[in-house]
Amino acid sequence: MIRYKTQRRIMITGFLFVPLVLLLLFTYLPSLFVFYFSFQQWNGISDMEFVKFQNYVAIFTDPEIFKPLLNSFYYMVGAVVQMALGLFLATLLSFKVVLKNVFKGTFFFPYLINSVAVGLMFSFFFRSDGVLNSILHIFAIRNTPDWLRLNFWNNVLLAGVSIWKYMGFNLVMFIGAIQSISKEIYEAAEIDGANKFQIFFKIIYPAIRNIILLNLILAIKGAVSVYEIPYTMTGGTFGTSTFVIKTLQIGISTRYRQVGLASAMSFVLLGIVLVVTVIQRLMFKEKNDF
Amino acid sequence: MQELILSDNHNINKTKTRQETAKVISKYFFLSLKYVILGLFVITVFLPIIPILFGSLKDGNEFFASGVLDFPKSWKWNNYKTAFIDGNMLTGFINTLIIMIVSLAVSVLTGAMTSYVLHRFVFKGQKVVKNLFLLATLIPNITNNIATFQIISWLNLFNTRWAGILLFSGTDIISVYIMMQFLDSISKSMDESAMIDGASYLRIFLVIIFPLLMPAIITVFIIKGVAIYNDFVTPFLFMPSPDLAMISTALYNFKGPFAASWEIISAGVILITLPMLASFVVMQKWIYNGLVMGSVKE
Repeated sequence: MIRYKTQRRIMITGFLFVPLVLLLLFTYLPSLFVFYFSFQQWNGISDMEFVKFQNYVAIFTDPEIFKPLLNSFYYMVGAVVQMALGLFLATLLSFKVVLKNVFKGTFFFPYLINSVAVGLMFSFFFRSDGVLNSILHIFAIRNTPDWLRLNFWNNVLLAGVSIWKYMGFNLVMFIGAIQSISKEIYEAAEIDGANKFQIFFKIIYPAIRNIILLNLILAIKGAVSVYEIPYTMTGGTFGTSTFVIKTLQIGISTRYRQVGLASAMSFVLLGIVLVVTVIQRLMFKEKNDF
Repeated sequence: MQELILSDNHNINKTKTRQETAKVISKYFFLSLKYVILGLFVITVFLPIIPILFGSLKDGNEFFASGVLDFPKSWKWNNYKTAFIDGNMLTGFINTLIIMIVSLAVSVLTGAMTSYVLHRFVFKGQKVVKNLFLLATLIPNITNNIATFQIISWLNLFNTRWAGILLFSGTDIISVYIMMQFLDSISKSMDESAMIDGASYLRIFLVIIFPLLMPAIITVFIIKGVAIYNDFVTPFLFMPSPDLAMISTALYNFKGPFAASWEIISAGVILITLPMLASFVVMQKWIYNGLVMGSVKE
């Protein structure tokens, strides 16, 4: 029998070894590399060349790269709409509703559908002889466009697809938060003659303000790292590219790779996410987990 | 005089009933408005899905000739077979299954080991380990892929199943946190009495802690399982060979050979969705709780 003190040492090293190796190898090492590569000009094969801040300058001066970054705004606005809809429906569902769980399940399910499937589904929905135009034809609206090639509107619609997929998730979180408010408060309010609007703004909203903020922050992080839905639907064509699509195209997909430039883009994105996260931590200081 | 009062009373009653009727009407108006709104959103959820479901059962000619919302006439179940076999979805499902089983097992085990050590022992560097896991959540994985791609290439794992397995196997602070919180509820006196009986720490972990940790393990299992099943980036970047396709990439590859056959693409979309639908119906509560817990802890 090995002494407990020795055993303890073996356990700590043995149990932490694999998790830490995986963590270092696939999270920290890539981050360090991305930082290092971002100052180089490199195609992934031949020798690197140190170019100082040239890659960073390129991001903000090359419209090919900067425009996709600006496209994040569509998804940020989408995120706000998504929160509002989620909150609205969660409030509706937290009053007495027949088949409540069926509604909740229906609104949530798109969140579980594979992004590629969602992308294909909506490609068909928006294409020139697709679902949307067929419906418009029923209402005798002719000359309908090929939506995904229509400047501005294609980005709006892509953000709309994001809302379709992710809204149910916020809804479930909001319903959970609303349910944690004690029933007695509602009853007291109703005895006092409060109407539904007063109940929402005076009781529900203050109680779940934190969870709304948290969701909004997660959604902003999501908005700058949008990838799958626009990529599977348009491949980033017709001005619908996002920052991540562009980064992966430049850094991995193309034949003439520019690992350095893509790394600088990664690092800028990391910076944005870090800033948002720091704001989040400051807002939720009291709920520090560790 | 008396008459006057009576008629007055009568009038009051009349306005009262009128008010009450108005109240009832407005009540029913809002009640029906509520269901109309909910109904509209239900339609919004189903509207993109229904043409795909109908389309998956039409043959090629019917698909083009019929309206998108027309009920299928040819009932061509064969589309599913074509999508499943010729569309490489069978390979996709097998690969997804293999990668999921291995990486979920490793991920859950490493998660449990990490949380056990961090929760039950006090040691030098404990804080560092915790912070390393905590800090990792701040780094968006998707941006790291540029460098991860180089690392995977250097390890000679590019275009092998190991790339997927390794990248999905790691544990993260969310899993660790969920399990540590659960460990709080497993009394330390159990460990101590086992130690009096002479059990080793390893034995305590395997025989006492791990089985009792099951509810937390299932939660982590669901969060990770959904994430792996739906992940597109990892197989797309690291395992581009068609033989190694996971279901996401198998379906994505439909865009090539079946670009003009939307009935086959539709069948593929339905096929990839069915397992999720089945799991959702069976484990609804677990899935809600798991995903919500996972994101609140982030």
